[in-house]
Amino acid sequence: MTNVLINAPKTAKKGEVVEFKTLILHPMETGFRAGTNGRTIPRNIIERFVATWNGKEIFRMEFSPAIAANPFVSFFAVAGESGKITFRWTGDEGFAVEESVTIAVA
Amino acid sequence: MGRRLALVLLPVVFLTSFAAAQVGADKRRSGYRDMGAALQKMQDDDTANPGMLFVQLGEQLWARPAGAANKACADCHTVASMKGVAARYPAIPKGGDRPIDLEGRIRLCRTVEQQAEPLAPESRELLSLAAFVARQSRGLPVAPPDDPRLTSFREEGAAIYQRRQGQLNLSCAICHDDNAGKKLAGVTIPEAHPTGYPIYRLEWQALGSLKRRLRNCLVGIRAEAYPSDAVEYVALEIYLMDRARGMVFEAPGVRP
Repeated sequence: MTNVLINAPKTAKKGEVVEFKTLILHPMETGFRAGTNGRTIPRNIIERFVATWNGKEIFRMEFSPAIAANPFVSFFAVAGESGKITFRWTGDEGFAVEESVTIAVA
Repeated sequence: MGRRLALVLLPVVFLTSFAAAQVGADKRRSGYRDMGAALQKMQDDDTANPGMLFVQLGEQLWARPAGAANKACADCHTVASMKGVAARYPAIPKGGDRPIDLEGRIRLCRTVEQQAEPLAPESRELLSLAAFVARQSRGLPVAPPDDPRLTSFREEGAAIYQRRQGQLNLSCAICHDDNAGKKLAGVTIPEAHPTGYPIYRLEWQALGSLKRRLRNCLVGIRAEAYPSDAVEYVALEIYLMDRARGMVFEAPGVRP
């Protein structure tokens, strides 16, 4: 079960700087910890986060094992045209989640 | 003339000081007030509070049928009817004689009403459902029930709270009453008001119940933690909720 919270403006003026805040449920297991049986728990992290605005990449981030569980990422973009902003997280163990929001730019 | 003025003023002075005493009477502080501005903002913003991820998960579980009865929580309860529930638990269920906390109530519903396999303590499903239910009470005052059957448990909880335990020979009261507001290493000692449970604790990187917090404290004073279904936890929870009576419920809280 994937779980994402996104805080994005629904409308913006052309040329306005808008903020996007995202939060995703993920254990971000480092791969360095031992479980209760003494064996190392395999690494399970988000490797990459990409945001696109109408298909054009506006933000990308590479994750590392030192990032805490349930990572919160916020970033800014300049509002260009109305359309769809897509957020995509990919990572270990075939993790892939995609969420979209729409924005009206006037 | 002077005496007459004094006679007139006296009741006025008395009344205002009485009113001031009433307003200023509640000196209790939620742990929220001891956090930095960044963490307070994190808790207040529903899209930055990681506890809300679990609330969202709980909302999905709420509507999902389970067990031999094939019933969902939503088949018996409306979400609106959950308002205030978390702010008054622990309570004694109908037909029972032992108080249970909110997680216990959810587990009971799960096995008796849904006839499903029980949810493990501290499991994501259980905590998510508890967080979803607790979220409905945000902003309400903590209001434990006036059930006379709870009195003996509350007294037991109060006794545990005052009892020295563990290798460090500390009681709850020594830290959270006598030294609250001071520092333990770099951390401000809170007054231990359970107003935000289940909480998202950054140190845990997960949502946790009040029971987990109590166990954490017991380990901290190097005492032997009670078994997970021990009545001591619920007794302490009853006492702590009574101690926080009237304070604002703020679940899901964020704590450092």
